Amino acid sequence: MGLLSYFRSARPKSAQVAKERLQILVAHERQMRDAPSYLPQMQRELLAVIRKYVHVNDDAISIQMEQDDNHEILEVNIVLPEEGAGRLKTPELRGN
Amino acid sequence: MARIIVVTSGKGGVGKTTTAASLAMGLALRGNRTAVIDFDVGLRNLDLIMGCERRVVYDFVNVINQEAHLRQALIRDKRCDDLYILPASQTRDKDALTKEGVGRVLEELSEDFDYVICDSPAGIEKGAFLAMYYADDAIVVSNPEVSSVRDADRMVGILSSKSRRAELGEEPIKEHLLLTRYDPKRVERGEMLSVDDVLEILALPLLGVIPESQAVLNASNEGVPVILDEKSNAGQAYRDAVARYLGEDLPQRFIRPERKGLIGRLFGG
Repeated sequence: MGLLSYFRSARPKSAQVAKERLQILVAHERQMRDAPSYLPQMQRELLAVIRKYVHVNDDAISIQMEQDDNHEILEVNIVLPEEGAGRLKTPELRGN
Repeated sequence: MARIIVVTSGKGGVGKTTTAASLAMGLALRGNRTAVIDFDVGLRNLDLIMGCERRVVYDFVNVINQEAHLRQALIRDKRCDDLYILPASQTRDKDALTKEGVGRVLEELSEDFDYVICDSPAGIEKGAFLAMYYADDAIVVSNPEVSSVRDADRMVGILSSKSRRAELGEEPIKEHLLLTRYDPKRVERGEMLSVDDVLEILALPLLGVIPESQAVLNASNEGVPVILDEKSNAGQAYRDAVARYLGEDLPQRFIRPERKGLIGRLFGG
């Protein structure tokens, strides 16, 4: 048994993989569920504005809304590409 | 006043109708006047699982449309006098159900019954919405499998935001998790999510674990709710779940692999 389990442990068990995938997915979906319905649209528009100046990927932006008893916090996180990798040097030339 | 229980899941094929049939039978066998309603308009199946498919005259939609009285449409179970079935319509489309109509039927049932069980269709469309809208309790059925667990969580979100209780700001629907088709051997080998894994993700109180069992198919073949198969693990697990629902504190019995004795191993019993 000892030897067998040694060979088996080389690859993670599929149930473990399932659990980790679900934990991430469910946490994300719960966050979206409680968020105001305009958030996805706002996220797309913000992304469009940022892209006028910087090349960023779809997953470079994350938006979270947290609610307390008497105030809401809107947290927008944008990961910019490294210097030179994706920045447009002359954004004013894009003209729109 | 009846307690209204929805059996729901989001995903199809996880055992909602099997559960609704056994739960209803279990509650009725303990002397509770129980009605079970099929909300799957256009794809009715509860009648088959309950074994009363040839006795359907009027259905849920006939009652909603006031083409038949409730007592004409209710089918009394032949095995248990306290159990009645209200079948879904097979011919109409799902728009035949209305919020007001369903509310009226549930109110009328509430006067006569202790428990009304709503067997929800799969999905999150109108039928599933109306099945859960008036509920006091929800039994969320899930398999230990990724898509089913995800859909169960989605359903929990809907229960807590779209139900009548949520709209009126009343005490929320009481949720219970029923994990079905559980295979302890595969769990032990790390091939299937364990009860603890699922509980950690969904964070719902556990009503029961129904083991994967050939008795379930045998029972539905014959139109007998599997809870009546007292010899089977699945039947016993449903009995335990009913007892827990009614407040008894019972340990989970079928979450570890059975260890066969030497004789059992030799003869493959």
